Amino acid sequence: MTEILHMLSYHFMQRALIVGVLVSLCAALLGVSLVLKRYSMIGDGLSHVGFGALAIASALHLAPLAVAVPVVVVTAVLLLRLSESSRVKGDAAIALISSSALAIGVISVSVTTGMNTEVSNYMFGSILSLSRSDAVLSVLLSVAVLVLFILFYPRLFAVTFDESFARATGTRAGSYNMLLAVLTAITVVLGMRMMGALLISSLIIFPALSAMRVCRSFRAVILCAAAISVLCFLIGAVASYFLETPTGASIVVANLLCFAGFSLAGMKN
Amino acid sequence: MAILECKNLCLAYDGKMVLEGVNFSLQAGNYLCVVGENGSGKSTLIKGLLGLKAPDSGSILYGEGLKSTEIGYLPQQTQLQRDFPASVGEVVLSGCLNSLGGRLHYNAADKALARMNMERMGIEDLAKQSYQALSGGQQQRVLLARALCATKKMLLLDEPVTGLDPIATGEMYNLIKLVNLCDDITVIMVSHDIHEAVRYATHILHLGQRQLFFGTAAEYRESDLARRFLGGNRI
Repeated sequence: MTEILHMLSYHFMQRALIVGVLVSLCAALLGVSLVLKRYSMIGDGLSHVGFGALAIASALHLAPLAVAVPVVVVTAVLLLRLSESSRVKGDAAIALISSSALAIGVISVSVTTGMNTEVSNYMFGSILSLSRSDAVLSVLLSVAVLVLFILFYPRLFAVTFDESFARATGTRAGSYNMLLAVLTAITVVLGMRMMGALLISSLIIFPALSAMRVCRSFRAVILCAAAISVLCFLIGAVASYFLETPTGASIVVANLLCFAGFSLAGMKN
Repeated sequence: MAILECKNLCLAYDGKMVLEGVNFSLQAGNYLCVVGENGSGKSTLIKGLLGLKAPDSGSILYGEGLKSTEIGYLPQQTQLQRDFPASVGEVVLSGCLNSLGGRLHYNAADKALARMNMERMGIEDLAKQSYQALSGGQQQRVLLARALCATKKMLLLDEPVTGLDPIATGEMYNLIKLVNLCDDITVIMVSHDIHEAVRYATHILHLGQRQLFFGTAAEYRESDLARRFLGGNRI
């Protein structure tokens, strides 16, 4: 107990926990919609684009968030448009964009600074890299996501469950999809600084999938996913502090164990 | 006055005409079956009727105070929905979406309407059950209950019996006919199943990228077109 209090006395840990809890919550809520709409890979694709943007920002000595957030938001909108127009299939489009962005990021790193800790942090995440602006942005983001889910819950359910019905009854499904994509983009950029570009998509996908193993109604899935996500973040973060394991990877393992547990429980039912 | 009238309706994608020369009108309480082969323009007509696709020329007019967003639509099911984690109650209630207006959440009247429509479809016991655990026939009843929540005047059903076993198919047709007769709800159904279509519908619209036939089911039975479409067998 005293060790936990000692851990909490560090400013960077306080900030990391606040940002982490809020980002995990947002990722889980958005994740439920993304997984159900078969957009799971968007999170993965966006994280690679985020890595490219951060690498270029660091090469040009620009503020990382100021570059990455707009670039990733624009990509999210673009990916959504692409998957709707269905000329290039959505999954192929994501693979194209994400590997290209990763390639550009890697080249811009190698010709400028080389593989330093900052770049490695973008890849694998670091709890120390979170800044004050991350904290402010994560509070704003979580307010936006919570407002969306609490106020527009009936519409969000309808758009997620059956877009054609929602459109037919006069709901602007396109705007909701766009809002989801933009919020996901911001979540990915914030989350990847903590989790790393390679691991952030698990924060979006795992809680939703775990919740779906046992819950049978949409409301229960959302509440359960949010709880799982926050809990697994806390367990992973604390474990990484004491065991000195990488934070992002520890959180993913916590989620993996949770998923395994829920799968077993789901099978029994 | 007609509840729905299409005048010289043409619908196109990227300048390519998909459906043209559609002229028909329906009175309240009619049961129209839209038939035609794949690619004949049935799905495009549905989009037009729902207001999701603007006509390239001609017009779609609604009468008796009907709006395109107040049509009870039953789309074809996708794999995504079949294993969607939702309770039956949640799905049916989402049919009240178009009565939300400026409100953010469903009120007691919406919930009562959802309950009534579940009773109408005989699925009130399933309200708390998981949608994905239901049989195909039960899932279609849930979606029909949802469609009924969205309308008081017109149902638009897109291949409502696809993938159902013969018993569930018969039950679904009977339920639709019941709603049509008892509640005086106009039904427009897109179907592959021409034999059943002629048996239940009052009117038939046969499409083949243009309007090939519109008239009563009895007239259709006598037409050369029906004979050809059915492979020479009279119905």
